[in-house]
Amino acid sequence: MEVFSLLVNGFFIAFEPLNLSLVIAGVVVGLFIGAMPGLGSVNGVAILLPMTFLVPPTSAVIFLAAIYYGAMYGGAISSIMLGIPGASTAVATTFDGRPLALKGMADKALVAAATASFVGGTISVVLFTLFALPMAEVALAFGPPETFALMVLAFSTFIGLGGDDIAKTLFSIFIGLVFSAVGLDIISGEPRLIFGGLTGFYHGINFLVLAIGIYGIGEMLWTIEVSRGDVLMSKATVSFRRIINCLKELRSSAKTMVLSSLLGYFVGILPAAGATPGSLMAYGVAKTMAKNPETFGKGNVDGVVAPEAANNAASTGSMLPMLTLGIPGSPTTAILLGGMVIWGLEPGPLVFVDHPDFVWGLIASLYVANVFALLINIGFIPAFIWVLKMPFTILAPIIFVLCVIGGYVPTQDMHDVWLMLIFGVVGYMMRKLDYPMAPAVLAIVLGPLAEPALRQSLIGSHGDVMIFFERPISGSIMAIAIILFALPLVKLVKARWKRAT
Amino acid sequence: MKRLATSLMLGLGAALILALGVTTGPRDAAAQGWEPKKPVEFVIMAGKGGGADRLSRFIQGIIEKHGFASKPFVPVNKGGGSGAEALVYLKQHKGDPHVIMATLNSYYLTPLRQPDLGIDISKFTPITRMAEDTFQLWVHADSDIKTVDDYVKAVKKAGAANWKMGGTGTGIEDSLVTAMLEKKFGIKVTYIPYKGGGTVAKELIGKHIDSTVNNPSEQAGFWEAGKSRPLASFTPKGKLSGRFGEIPTFEELGYGTDMVYYMQRSFIAPEGIDKDVQAFYVGVFEKVYKSDEWQDYMKKKGMVPGWLTGTALTEYFVAELEAHRKLLQDAGEIQ
Repeated sequence: MEVFSLLVNGFFIAFEPLNLSLVIAGVVVGLFIGAMPGLGSVNGVAILLPMTFLVPPTSAVIFLAAIYYGAMYGGAISSIMLGIPGASTAVATTFDGRPLALKGMADKALVAAATASFVGGTISVVLFTLFALPMAEVALAFGPPETFALMVLAFSTFIGLGGDDIAKTLFSIFIGLVFSAVGLDIISGEPRLIFGGLTGFYHGINFLVLAIGIYGIGEMLWTIEVSRGDVLMSKATVSFRRIINCLKELRSSAKTMVLSSLLGYFVGILPAAGATPGSLMAYGVAKTMAKNPETFGKGNVDGVVAPEAANNAASTGSMLPMLTLGIPGSPTTAILLGGMVIWGLEPGPLVFVDHPDFVWGLIASLYVANVFALLINIGFIPAFIWVLKMPFTILAPIIFVLCVIGGYVPTQDMHDVWLMLIFGVVGYMMRKLDYPMAPAVLAIVLGPLAEPALRQSLIGSHGDVMIFFERPISGSIMAIAIILFALPLVKLVKARWKRAT
Repeated sequence: MKRLATSLMLGLGAALILALGVTTGPRDAAAQGWEPKKPVEFVIMAGKGGGADRLSRFIQGIIEKHGFASKPFVPVNKGGGSGAEALVYLKQHKGDPHVIMATLNSYYLTPLRQPDLGIDISKFTPITRMAEDTFQLWVHADSDIKTVDDYVKAVKKAGAANWKMGGTGTGIEDSLVTAMLEKKFGIKVTYIPYKGGGTVAKELIGKHIDSTVNNPSEQAGFWEAGKSRPLASFTPKGKLSGRFGEIPTFEELGYGTDMVYYMQRSFIAPEGIDKDVQAFYVGVFEKVYKSDEWQDYMKKKGMVPGWLTGTALTEYFVAELEAHRKLLQDAGEIQ
């Protein structure tokens, strides 16, 4: 088995003292960067890129990959503890992580997030090791029609749920789609919906601005109203025994973990998708497959497990197109790619042949990074829990400041801070009126992927929609999506028919 | 409730102070032998991960590695609206010595296509042109097309509806090069815009499109792996060296000298910058230009070396702006 001897060589590289300490340092740095709202792996990797000139290229990439990885773990922390998505990849984690924390089960959510991240990361690294090159072919087989079919499938998992009010879900999706259309339209080359040329709208509505506004500011306003000045927001405790118990209980989520990991990995390897869509889709799928979908959004552990397993799997997956095709699968890998060029490592179809030490050293370091990230993460849980014990009167302003920083950092534009505050108030009102907000978030993430794919396909087929059904891959994905769309309708008819007889 | 309100106000205050601290700072430059007083904002008029972004980060890397500047250059992507966001940002930072910008051809195209922005590029302070990136016509290695002649025949045979040409966006470089090709050979293609050159390259290798006009850096890896084939280079003859020099130019193939198009890689500063500030940046980029890394990069990425500063650069910008006006008019994009 050639793969194994290469991998063993890789482990020798990963276990060199310098590389090992860089992995650990990277994971810790990443954990904190990920936990800071607005600062995600993209910023972390971009900021620390120049520092890596001090070490050999392979060590540098290992360090940056460890940061990327650690940030995936860390993003869950503020999502769960503060209700502010720590990174775009951890938005879906707030859906159930926050309610769990409010119920006094923050430790459970954190353990679930860490474990799911570990499982997702490990499964995808194993897949990466065994099938890197064949999977690159899959990435190539995905053209615009396939991408669009996949996006339709993602939407269907969110709408095909009986529990929610379908009209409100639709409204939420459409408003998200409208927001996602703001900015430059690459097909026509013209700016759209820029409100008379406000320059802040040229870069579109940053998805994090919406997510931090709705979940950070909106959540804070909501808590102020609900708690009515009650100082303590939740009773959070932690002990070694509780953590062990949490781990035991997680066995029931094993299926969700594995499924989400596979889904995340797959979405990750598609160029231009990345970990954020992957985690949202995994959440939708987990909800659709669950026996009790109505408990999602109210503190279901599977709702934390799914996105966390998926985002770690996707982050590993997105290194695949970066290495084999030279095309980044996510914004973070785009920066990594730039780094590799600086170090003289030319990514592309030949990188596995030309630089085996580098590739396998990197892959092996991902195994190592996973183990350390899990240990460090669980080790820090008591410290994170302490945050929740702070009175809300202290916590609220901290949340507010973190939100403002988080809204400013990605684009460094005050326009986005104002926008985020507006979204916060709107989010609060939507919540009062019982509109689901997750579909809007999903729409603003997937819209910019779905729309160009739809239009590129139709330009290619000269307006013939059959292009989505004639091609084998997109056709089968479309079929599944249509079934998922029809499912609630069938249920409705069935229920009526039962009542009638 | 009162305590809560007070803490909220405090939080708001802290955030305000933070925001002010970031947006305003000393903006004055010392009189002679100017050195930056704080990190330099290195605005990139394109998104993360694209060719311009990678190039700018590469240059930042060289500056950092060799310590060419006393303060770091911090890349900031402002790719919104084909660089409209970056252009407006630079206009707003008139007289700010701590902002520079990496430009590509959207430096001409965006102000031409969006006159409402009120951008006059002749007002910006030129620093330097480092190189000109080139374009080639590419097909998949599995196709029977080996020459430009084969290509023209194949496109004519397939007809516009069945020949898909991929490129980056509409009304920008790739679509203009495609329009040149169509005009020259009297052919018509279905042009499909994608977000970045990397994606376009991948679509060709995945056989979702039939041809591209990628930059060398986007196809080099696939070409080396035997997955794509260049047919001709949109450069004057003898400009490219190394592997890319082996690709015939349209001129060499006897199609005349007008099939030439470059992507400029230039750097500029806002309007109203002191001479010594300009001299500082020219000095930094000169060191980068002479570094082995940069010379190597240009060779590997199929770029034409093109150091240009001062009035020569200003004249170049004016000429290019007019050339692009004509290209856009020919393509029917503007009046």
